[in-house]
Amino acid sequence: MNPPGRPSPQPPAPPEADAPADTGAGGTGDGPARGPAGAPHAPAGRRGSHRPARRRVPLILLVPATVTALFALLPLVYLVIRALERGPAFAWDVVAADRTAGLLSNSLRLTVVVVAATWVLGISLAWLTERTALPAPRLWAVLATLPLAVPSYVMSFSWLSAFPGVRGFAGAAIALSLACFPYVYLPVAAVLRGMDPAQEEAARSLGHGPWRTFRTVTLPQLRPAAAGGGLLVALYVMSDFGAVSLMRYDTFTRAIHTSYRASFDRTPAAALGCVLVLITVLLVVAERRTRGRARYARAGRGTARPPLRLPLGPWARAAATGWAGLVALAAVAFPVGTLCYWIAVGNSATWQPAALLETAWATVGVAAAGAALTVLLALPVAVIAARYRGGLARVLEQASFAGHALPGITVALAFVFLAVRYANPLYQEWPLLVIAYAALFLPLAVTAIRAAVLQAPESLEEAARSLGRGPLRTLREVTVPLAAPGIAAGAALTFVVIMKELPATLLLRPTGMETLATRLWTHTDNFAFAAAAPYALTLVLIAAVPSYLLGRHRS
Amino acid sequence: MRRHRRIVAAIAGAALLIPAAAACGSDDSSADESSGNGAGSDSGGEDAGESGGETLTIYSGRNEELIDPLIGQLEEATGVEVTVRYAGTAEHAAALMEEGENTGAGLFISQDAGALGALSKAGLLEELPEDVLGGVDEAHRGSAGDWVGISGRARVLVYNQDLVEEGDLPGSIHDLTDEEWNGKVAYAPTNASFQTFVTALRVLEGEDGARDWLEALQANDAEAFDGNGGILDAVNNGDIEVGLVNHYYWYATVAEEGEDSLNTRLHYFPGGDPGSLINVAGVGITAHGGQSDAALKAVEYLLSEEAQLYFAEETKEYPLAAGVTSPVEELPAFDSIEAPDVNLTDLDSLEETLALLQEVGMV
Repeated sequence: MNPPGRPSPQPPAPPEADAPADTGAGGTGDGPARGPAGAPHAPAGRRGSHRPARRRVPLILLVPATVTALFALLPLVYLVIRALERGPAFAWDVVAADRTAGLLSNSLRLTVVVVAATWVLGISLAWLTERTALPAPRLWAVLATLPLAVPSYVMSFSWLSAFPGVRGFAGAAIALSLACFPYVYLPVAAVLRGMDPAQEEAARSLGHGPWRTFRTVTLPQLRPAAAGGGLLVALYVMSDFGAVSLMRYDTFTRAIHTSYRASFDRTPAAALGCVLVLITVLLVVAERRTRGRARYARAGRGTARPPLRLPLGPWARAAATGWAGLVALAAVAFPVGTLCYWIAVGNSATWQPAALLETAWATVGVAAAGAALTVLLALPVAVIAARYRGGLARVLEQASFAGHALPGITVALAFVFLAVRYANPLYQEWPLLVIAYAALFLPLAVTAIRAAVLQAPESLEEAARSLGRGPLRTLREVTVPLAAPGIAAGAALTFVVIMKELPATLLLRPTGMETLATRLWTHTDNFAFAAAAPYALTLVLIAAVPSYLLGRHRS
Repeated sequence: MRRHRRIVAAIAGAALLIPAAAACGSDDSSADESSGNGAGSDSGGEDAGESGGETLTIYSGRNEELIDPLIGQLEEATGVEVTVRYAGTAEHAAALMEEGENTGAGLFISQDAGALGALSKAGLLEELPEDVLGGVDEAHRGSAGDWVGISGRARVLVYNQDLVEEGDLPGSIHDLTDEEWNGKVAYAPTNASFQTFVTALRVLEGEDGARDWLEALQANDAEAFDGNGGILDAVNNGDIEVGLVNHYYWYATVAEEGEDSLNTRLHYFPGGDPGSLINVAGVGITAHGGQSDAALKAVEYLLSEEAQLYFAEETKEYPLAAGVTSPVEELPAFDSIEAPDVNLTDLDSLEETLALLQEVGMV
């Protein structure tokens, strides 16, 4: 994490192209992409006839990326051991039960609706805050990031206490859409911020209207960011338990939890977890397909100008502000208001600033360590995923995502199982907790960094190589600095999400260590909502800092 | 470009420094946590203190706010140095099973009998001596003699005073399926306590009897809630007339909001009705934790009058140790509850209960 006072961590933005970038480089393409300096929209990228032969991934990337992939697969080792504990026939019976298909379709329906809703929310807000003369864009940008810090339990609880009728599918869809849209907002806003306006201006000068320009020029460039964000949303929805449990919508994850809660039986839970892993792999493959071979780095020589903001007339301005306000109200003001209400009405309200501060500090420490490790592990995988094509790159990337749809409790138990047997001195010590965080949230960092590397012109790396830099030096002196905003964004995102993580924290934390999330749990578990509220509010408050810094960078 | 390099340097710096800082932080907090009792971690018998150095690590599925105040007294009474890890009961049970023979836990405090039963079945609990078992009624301990209940809670009906006259209260859960109660009953099918109650119903009235009751309840437009808290709120707001809950949830709400602000009161079903089942929270000594002596002292302390009264006052649960009665005046006497005649050990068929609940479409 960036300490205060450092230059701002920035979202996946393109380089401030100090050097001329003369090609539409930087796609998922394998080749050194020496294509003609053409419009980098998808169709151009699909031609690919000019592509040179596949490059080999240098060892300096391959070795650490393999380590990351193997690390991310650790929970799956446990899963397979547990699932097959009573023989494949038992596991198959669990998976093939009549109920499984129904639950799966419930989960998938919810996923589809939530992903669609987060695309609408995320892309519309990103466009408003980055490309229009919306008043106070920074404020709205922070408000659009903050829902990340609101635990889905708190989000659902506040909706339920205000509208008890929203239970079931609708309630779960609303709560999850509001909690997850920042996963789409952040990468899309970053792309909009960094996009070279030249292409849009060219389209306009050729007679396209603003809507057609958006549809044919802007939107295709947003596609990888929106797809990547959508994938994270989908995996979050598949793994979520808090919202669906409170909203009483029966999903696949609830069946897994029931297996732990009711029969204290880990075998069916593990068998069902294997299904989740399979779905994850399918989703990752689908997302990779949509990314295609398109390239998204800027075209043309010279430094990109900051994009123009669309002036808004009084009515449009009111409508835009109203929309942003409505979303902020529902996703941030509403849960925060609920927390304040808890403090106001409950007798358990206590004000212990020292304990709060200590807990907050411990939370920040462990979340920062988790974010740092996650980013370090994600970097080689993300660079390979962005720059190389072929089976190996694909497998490495998929491996880093494989466990992301598993419920936190399953991943936590996997680390209990592995640590107790093979790393007992680490068990219930902070390094193991940090390692578990990295395993849980690796894809968040991979996605953010990959997007940033994609936007960096590959030609600069080639220039460095042709000037005699080795792969490591090129990585250190060219790729990483160019992708720095994305690296910082990945770190910030992971940091915020780790702060609210509960199941793994409870099982793996050092004895006596408290985080804001565990205190929140202790008190709500005890019905002491007023005592719980300050911890949840602090969570949102701390999250506002990286959210603010994320939106600070302006081209 | 220079900015970016500084960002990267900052992140790299953070990657190296912050874990170290976190390490310091966690050292601090574990030292604080053991509040003057020396190092808090489960360092076995290494750091022999002045008190003889006996140490005990407890996994508690019961809330920290409840257990933590008791730990100081426990240490004082037994001379054992205690460390507690808190998490949900199910999470702890699953973790204990994953840890198996390598567990660092000496004692498990469970929120419900089911988790203890599962650990007992897995052979992970140690048999308790006769004199400990003898202090608790047979109905409130494990039949294998490897866990005991430490506090009891009753199933009750919470009702809204403005909507239901005391004289109109049902005499049995079977009345709730009558036309008179159509659309007026709240229940929490996913809640563990409700599921235990259904298990008791299956044991008492057979699979068909239980299925009939559940289907009749559903047909009578009873409303399903996610938890007891939601039921209490709904009954209190007058959204619904009555709800099936555990007795102590109501007292917890009273403690948070005050009795005067509530429109609800509790009703205990008479005559051994399944609706007034007694369930327990309990403790078991782990078979492989290697802290049996210290754990046994802790179990004895938890069944002592001091600890039993503490639970009774804090949670409004019922004391289970022989000879101890609850000091909470508003609570009906424990032996006045006409609980159904069912052994908790027979309530280990939660999976079948879930299958039944799924069959009738409640979960």
